[in-house]
Amino acid sequence: MTQTHFVHGWSIDQVAARIAQDIPDGSFVNLGIGQPTKVGDALPADREILLHSENGILGMGPTPTPDQFDPELINAGKMAVTLLTGGSYFHHTDSFMIMRGGHLDISVLGAYEVSVNGDLANWSTGDPTHPPAVGGAMDLAVGAKAVFAMLTHTTKDGRSKIVRECSYPLTASHVVDRIYTNLAVIAVQSDGLHVVERAPGVSAEFLTAATEAPLVQC
Amino acid sequence: MIDRRVADVHEAVSGITDGAVLLVGGFGNSGIPAYLCDAVLDLGVKDLTIVNNNGGSGETDVAALIRENRVRKLICSYPRASNSHWFSRRWSEGTLELEVIPQGTMSERMRAAGAGLGGFFTPTGADTELANGKETRLINGRLHVFEEPLPGDFALVRADLADRWGNLTYHSAARNFGPTMCTAATTTIVEVREFVELGDLDPEHIITPGIFVDRVVAVGAPTLMPKSA
Repeated sequence: MTQTHFVHGWSIDQVAARIAQDIPDGSFVNLGIGQPTKVGDALPADREILLHSENGILGMGPTPTPDQFDPELINAGKMAVTLLTGGSYFHHTDSFMIMRGGHLDISVLGAYEVSVNGDLANWSTGDPTHPPAVGGAMDLAVGAKAVFAMLTHTTKDGRSKIVRECSYPLTASHVVDRIYTNLAVIAVQSDGLHVVERAPGVSAEFLTAATEAPLVQC
Repeated sequence: MIDRRVADVHEAVSGITDGAVLLVGGFGNSGIPAYLCDAVLDLGVKDLTIVNNNGGSGETDVAALIRENRVRKLICSYPRASNSHWFSRRWSEGTLELEVIPQGTMSERMRAAGAGLGGFFTPTGADTELANGKETRLINGRLHVFEEPLPGDFALVRADLADRWGNLTYHSAARNFGPTMCTAATTTIVEVREFVELGDLDPEHIITPGIFVDRVVAVGAPTLMPKSA
């Protein structure tokens, strides 16, 4: 057992809310499958933020009520969603043009590991008994103006996911701009990882000990 | 006289032979041409290459073709789903070849085929293992990988409405790969909810013009439901 088991920092919902705080009014945003979808529930009501879904939706809305339900209106995770007033549909090539062509302001992605130079590993554990599956992960990582990685700071057995070099297969290199974990918000800069904020109860010493990659503390 | 309409799904899929490359529309169950897939199953063809975003789910359409060992190779971006057990089984057995490509690259490769392009360079996947064996090039200081066009012998697509010229509209997020796949196959076969008269579709709202469509069949509402939250 390592010390990390006794400090939890922020909950996943709190990390999602912390990310939402950093998304400016007027942004076009894609939220990856998994934890990042929680950011959608935390977006401030006074900001107009349009969510993109890779399967051809801009202005994606929340889960439908029974009378809004459209069996063909789903999100990237194949869950039923709605379209906001003013939203639009488009075909896949246009949708990935939005993603790959630098038109999205922010992409929030889950991650297995993020390296000190912003390399992202989030699509494969390299396990040959599991079929590979990439979906739109590489497109989102490469194409958005800013990439936010959302992940727990350590694995269940206490190993740091913020690393000097990714051990899992890369999704893309040099793409992550900000890292949001249960312990801290970290900016990826050309001279290294800079801590922007620590979760309540997380000391600089504790964070450094829990992180394999070198950190510049705030 | 131009009339792309055919009487039933069996006439629609006629001419598909063993070893054909099928571009199959749909993202999850949304936009899956389920009636055409059933007709391909009835046709009895095998050694198919299927290009679809996913690897089928449950017991129907793409999953049924995989279950019945009709598919030699699957080209997709994301084969796994909570109920993609037939994909998992055939892949684990080694009887189903799998090529995984980034979703945007898959779509753009079909666009390139439809647009008469010889391929394209993209940074997506360039510095990953999915670029292994492919040509790479530094363009404006960023590594790109060369991707070839991905044409099909047949495209199987679901749309919403069609007129006899094959002009198409789509419904909500079921549009997904349909418009691109319609351009990228030698023969494009489309199932729609219903036919309308020429002139009933607002020209401003036609998404796929009939020049990209060879056969269209009316099948009614989609049969499949997504997961509900």
